[in-house]
Amino acid sequence: MPKAFTPKVVTANHLLAGDVIYQTADGWTRKLEEAEVLTDEADADLRLIEASQQVDEVVGAYLADVAVEDGKPVPTHFREDFRAKGPSNYAHGKQVELQ
Amino acid sequence: MYSYSEFDTAFLAERNRQFRAQVERRISGALTEDEFKPLRLMNGLYLQLHAYMLRVAIPYGTLSSAKMRKLADIAERWDKGYGHFTTRQNIQYNWPELKDVPDMLDALAEVGMHAIQTSGNTIRNVTADHFAGAAADEIADPRPVAELLRQWSTDHPEFQFMPRKFKIAITGSPNDRAVTKAHDIGIRMVERDGVRGYEIIVGGGLGRTPMIGKVINDFLPEADLLPYLEAIVSVWNQIGRRDNKYKARIKITVHEHGIDEIRRLVEERFVETRKAFSGVDQQMLREIEGHFAPPAFVQADTAPYTQALQHYPAFRAWTDTNVTEHRDADHAIVTISLKKHGETPGDASAAQMRLIANLAETYGYDEIRISHEQNVILPHVHKASLPSIYSALKAEGLATANIGLISDIIACPGMDYCALATARSIPIAQEIATAFDDLKREHDIGQLKIKISGCINACGHHHVGHIGILGLDRAGVENYQITLGGDHTEQAKVGDRVGPGFSADEVVPAVERIVDTYLELRSDEDEAFIDTYRRTGLAPFKAALYPETKVAAE
Repeated sequence: MPKAFTPKVVTANHLLAGDVIYQTADGWTRKLEEAEVLTDEADADLRLIEASQQVDEVVGAYLADVAVEDGKPVPTHFREDFRAKGPSNYAHGKQVELQ
Repeated sequence: MYSYSEFDTAFLAERNRQFRAQVERRISGALTEDEFKPLRLMNGLYLQLHAYMLRVAIPYGTLSSAKMRKLADIAERWDKGYGHFTTRQNIQYNWPELKDVPDMLDALAEVGMHAIQTSGNTIRNVTADHFAGAAADEIADPRPVAELLRQWSTDHPEFQFMPRKFKIAITGSPNDRAVTKAHDIGIRMVERDGVRGYEIIVGGGLGRTPMIGKVINDFLPEADLLPYLEAIVSVWNQIGRRDNKYKARIKITVHEHGIDEIRRLVEERFVETRKAFSGVDQQMLREIEGHFAPPAFVQADTAPYTQALQHYPAFRAWTDTNVTEHRDADHAIVTISLKKHGETPGDASAAQMRLIANLAETYGYDEIRISHEQNVILPHVHKASLPSIYSALKAEGLATANIGLISDIIACPGMDYCALATARSIPIAQEIATAFDDLKREHDIGQLKIKISGCINACGHHHVGHIGILGLDRAGVENYQITLGGDHTEQAKVGDRVGPGFSADEVVPAVERIVDTYLELRSDEDEAFIDTYRRTGLAPFKAALYPETKVAAE
């Protein structure tokens, strides 16, 4: 039986800054909670193709698993958690910039 | 120290000009990422978890104060005010923006530095003993040979698209501080009947399949070095596997074909390569040796040093761990710890880099080294200067007296930065160092090397740590495998895996149990952890780590 589709967001690195970005309905954001949650597999595949075509803005777009809590996407794997928050050894990167 | 010739300077300027244009084309969209990626990697630029990362080569770990100051300037101007020194004696900047990288490379070129071949399937930065030129136990300074190898391997037309990356390390001392047996090629300078030559070790490496290198030639004449190395790399470049990147390194080639067959093929190829080297390489080596002439060591009274030893216990404790015997009796080698308890191993702020540069200029004949253990060395310091150096370091948080002790931990960047990592390394290192510092136990424990990698690629050298820690992803949770008894020296050995892994919270208690077991088992205070382990083997440590297994077996 095929595996049930779980919620996803499209994420990538920004071409110029290199930092983590997430796709919204009409662009990109640096905050995971603002990302567009994709619950339909065909829709997710299409959004990923659209993201991958933006070669002069983003690098390495892929679909990342999320859970939805209080209507907002949250990471389900620690790697995505670190990508969303920044490194744990210094209070810089996303921890500071997104406050 | 080697100074760039006109040729070097022109070559670098041209490479930087090309890369600037490549970056511009990438930003404009004229180049896709697939087209740009191999170009940026050739220039040391990675895209990591949170940002780009620029890896700058520090050839054989040698820096001058001017170079160190430039590294500080770059950290401040284009990064977040610090840099990370690596197990390849390089420095990595974790936060550059793409548009700034060409300017960073131009700034590096001003002091004869670059990021060429710090990535890609090429011959990488040649590493060397970090005490080179200063060690009391040295046969010869390996750095002139390392510089010759740098010139030979940089942009070598035959070796730009090899099956995988290729790493060379060299030592001039019988006490191997350069991990030569865990490199694709390890070179040991040796002497036989008063004649110098090289022992060539091939097929060592860590990573997914750790291997201790094998001797392919136990005494290679000095003049044959480049043609022989060219023969080795050439043979591997032809028969090394390109079908599977995990089987591409020369260690697998040596394993699959056997060292005797590889030796035969290399000897066969050497007949051809030897003809191509007319002796110009040896002329160049003689010229390079001139750049590495030892400084004129000053003569001065060492009384300030002996007086400070008597009156200042903290200074004495620092000299006990961080100062090593120099080949000149009145001089010393200072190791500056980048492992302050609770800090990130290998990181130095711009202010710290500038202080080190100033100290090298004032007291250290303008010489600095980076060690593969992620510390900084002042290789030539008159003993009378040691108290002043200690005071200056202390003021900048750089006087931690822990070299060789349990908190002097190698840790790769792990999943805090690295896109390949499967778990974090840095917080584990921080927690271990802090825990043992809180208990003030590390001086009692003595020499103990912990090495941590955040993935199977083993940048943190965990296989050759006395205690090795490997971070993995086990069903979506960070999990850490522990190995014991690894050794990076001339007695190189891959550590033994103790058993099932530990969660992040369990690592510090597990290390404490290992240490407690060692303290119970050691014959006396002079028996180091690794010697006790060699004597007792894994069993008592395994029993301490997994008591339930012992109960089940009974």
